[in-house]
Amino acid sequence: MVQQLTSGERQNALVILLCVFVAGVIMAALGGSDPLGMHGVIILLFSAGLGALVSRSFYEPEPDPQRLSQYYDDPIKVGIALTLAWGVFGMFMGVWTAAQLAWPDLAFDAGWSSFGRLRPTHTTGVIFGFGGNALIATSFHVVQRTSRARLAGQVSPWFVLLGYNLFCILAVTGYFMGVTQSKEYAEPEWYADLWLVVVWVTFFVLYLRTLARRKEPHIYVANWYFMAFIVVVAILHIVNNLAIPVSFTQAKSYTIWAGVQDAMVQWWYGHNAVAFFLTAGFLGMLYYYLPVRAQRPIFSYRLSILSFWGITFFYMWAGSHHLHYTALPHWVQNLGMTFSVMLLVPSWASAGNALLTLNGAWHKVRDDATLRFIMVAVVFYGLSTFEGSFMAIRPVNALSHYTDWTVGHVHAGALGWVAFITFGSIYTLVPSLWKRERMYSSALVEVHFWLAVTGTLIYVFAMWNSGIIQGLMWRTYTEEGTLAYSFLDSLVAMYPYYIGRAFGGLLFLLGAIVAAFNVWMTVRAVPVAAVRQADVPDTGLAPGAAATPAE
Amino acid sequence: MAELFHHKLERTAIGFVIAIIAAASVGGIVEIAPLFTIHETVEDVPDMRLYTPLEQAGRNIYIREGCYACHSQMIRTLRDEVERYGPYSLAVESKYDRPMLWGSKRTGPDLARVGGKYSDFWHVAHLINPRDVVPESNMPAYRWLARTALETNDLGQHLQAQRALGVPYTDAMIANAAADAFGQAAPDSPFATGVAERYGEKTQISAFDGVVSHLTEMDALVAYLQVLGRLTDAAYSNTAAPEQAPDPTN
Repeated sequence: MVQQLTSGERQNALVILLCVFVAGVIMAALGGSDPLGMHGVIILLFSAGLGALVSRSFYEPEPDPQRLSQYYDDPIKVGIALTLAWGVFGMFMGVWTAAQLAWPDLAFDAGWSSFGRLRPTHTTGVIFGFGGNALIATSFHVVQRTSRARLAGQVSPWFVLLGYNLFCILAVTGYFMGVTQSKEYAEPEWYADLWLVVVWVTFFVLYLRTLARRKEPHIYVANWYFMAFIVVVAILHIVNNLAIPVSFTQAKSYTIWAGVQDAMVQWWYGHNAVAFFLTAGFLGMLYYYLPVRAQRPIFSYRLSILSFWGITFFYMWAGSHHLHYTALPHWVQNLGMTFSVMLLVPSWASAGNALLTLNGAWHKVRDDATLRFIMVAVVFYGLSTFEGSFMAIRPVNALSHYTDWTVGHVHAGALGWVAFITFGSIYTLVPSLWKRERMYSSALVEVHFWLAVTGTLIYVFAMWNSGIIQGLMWRTYTEEGTLAYSFLDSLVAMYPYYIGRAFGGLLFLLGAIVAAFNVWMTVRAVPVAAVRQADVPDTGLAPGAAATPAE
Repeated sequence: MAELFHHKLERTAIGFVIAIIAAASVGGIVEIAPLFTIHETVEDVPDMRLYTPLEQAGRNIYIREGCYACHSQMIRTLRDEVERYGPYSLAVESKYDRPMLWGSKRTGPDLARVGGKYSDFWHVAHLINPRDVVPESNMPAYRWLARTALETNDLGQHLQAQRALGVPYTDAMIANAAADAFGQAAPDSPFATGVAERYGEKTQISAFDGVVSHLTEMDALVAYLQVLGRLTDAAYSNTAAPEQAPDPTN
């Protein structure tokens, strides 16, 4: 990895790491016993570790100058490994927290392990750790192949990938210590947020510079989605996280938004984190790995345009559906509901476009578990976008809000759509990235597929049942006109479903472990393919062998 | 025509990025900006009081422990919610809440009006082990809160930071933050009087966890739980236009 950098680039890497190290030392000194100090120590250890890695290979010979005429895949490989590691971690935390709801003593009477602190380690672990690394890795892969150009930087891809993971580490270790802003899916405190801005701007610049090198006149659809993901997440992140720290020696800050405005900003952020992190980015994956795996061009270019701009425009209005019947003004609630319902059009345009792409390749769906992962992802995408629009309708929301139905909906999307498309993409990507003939075991892919499907279905059905029962119990009246059930009655009714949900999650976690093992063995044990299609950028000599799905 | 335009657009990365920003900005601007300019968004309430330093510290513990993940603080305008939890929440009640803690999930009940519903002693027992008082509960136990001393040295800074954002804490409140925190949990101490002076007679001054000699995180959290829904009486006052008695001469 480091050998692929020139000595000048190695120097640059060391200088950057030194700056991060110094920042860590300063934070540790200022923070002292505050969690900020602990985070300073983590930052300096992180940069020192990477510094040691770079120094060890510092005097190795210069890389082959030929490297610049090849794709830059080293950061992608590390990104895939990190994706799987975070996936297993985040899903394990999910199973643990789920089990705590059924058996509360599984917190073992400690602060760091209580439900409230563990829950964000699960959400951040899977959304940002697993999902974010998958997005960074696949976006690096897709932008190079669809542009037929090498990434426009040697050190900056590493900076983006590892800097982003430092953010995730700060976030998760912070929750264990009780560092949180309490804004859902934006829990990390001000210094981690600032760091993410630096990383994200680098990501944006790197992406644009790579696109500028493209040998294709048109920018392929997958890149539209990745660009929307990068740009809009930056806007959302900055606006939602504006805050004043109590002092520069502690982690705690106060957000500049208060009360009802804060609620609106938070859910404008929260819902669009779903839109631009968990939807747009993964649609980018879909638009590349689906046609590659199915060996079929995307069904319709026009539908792609329609759904892209529909999603980009409509989603930003939908956040207020999280605040129906609250103290948020009625007109905002109605706007949110209206746009959420309209959102079904571009969402189903995407899902339909993807399913129609499979026409003529259904026999492959039957035989190839990897393609089946992608197909099921599309089906769940269609289902959960329908469910989302449905739940955004005020009277439906009156029943569903605050209940497990919301949790079930999120997991239909997160497990069924996000994780399935990610695993489908990983199984497509890994053999080509490491130049292997195939995955180590296609039987294990099949095992993973069925574990994942079963786990998702058990999870989602448990939460649908518990959510609807809960919502109905809360609003049931006796004939005398009094409330029929106490809150506690509704909680007691939840226990069987909480156990079922933990079991479904456990199956999904086992599937992820199988995937990690399969990827590991593919890299370790499968021989390098003797003849793999030339997978090199367009240097103006040979025609690129990159997949160029129809536009 | 439109397709032709798009054909051109997708040949320029910068143009495409600008188009994304334009398309994505509209919704947020239309829905968020007016919330600051339309006056009726947040009601005017004269009796709205501020969180005391102890309550604010308790609020920060509530945030730190992630209580918001299972408890909402937002009673919706639905009959069953009003009958179960009390009058529906008004925007003004979270006017000083940074961040708001409306929540999104009720694994446990709503807490918007839990203040005064149970005794301090009940809260302490419940936080030490919820299953001691509610056998069916699945809430985590928070025993260590009663053992952990409350950090009070920086409370003034906490109030200061909020004043910078527009919360009307006075110089006296900031200067006396640590003493007020102690006084609120020590009813017979000389520090207690200042709390009522600065934050109003309705402020609950009590021993909270039952020990007055030193402040714990338990004191702070219980003080916060007991103030929920009690910063203003606005939700209980009749805001509907008065009904006109029929005029018999007419």
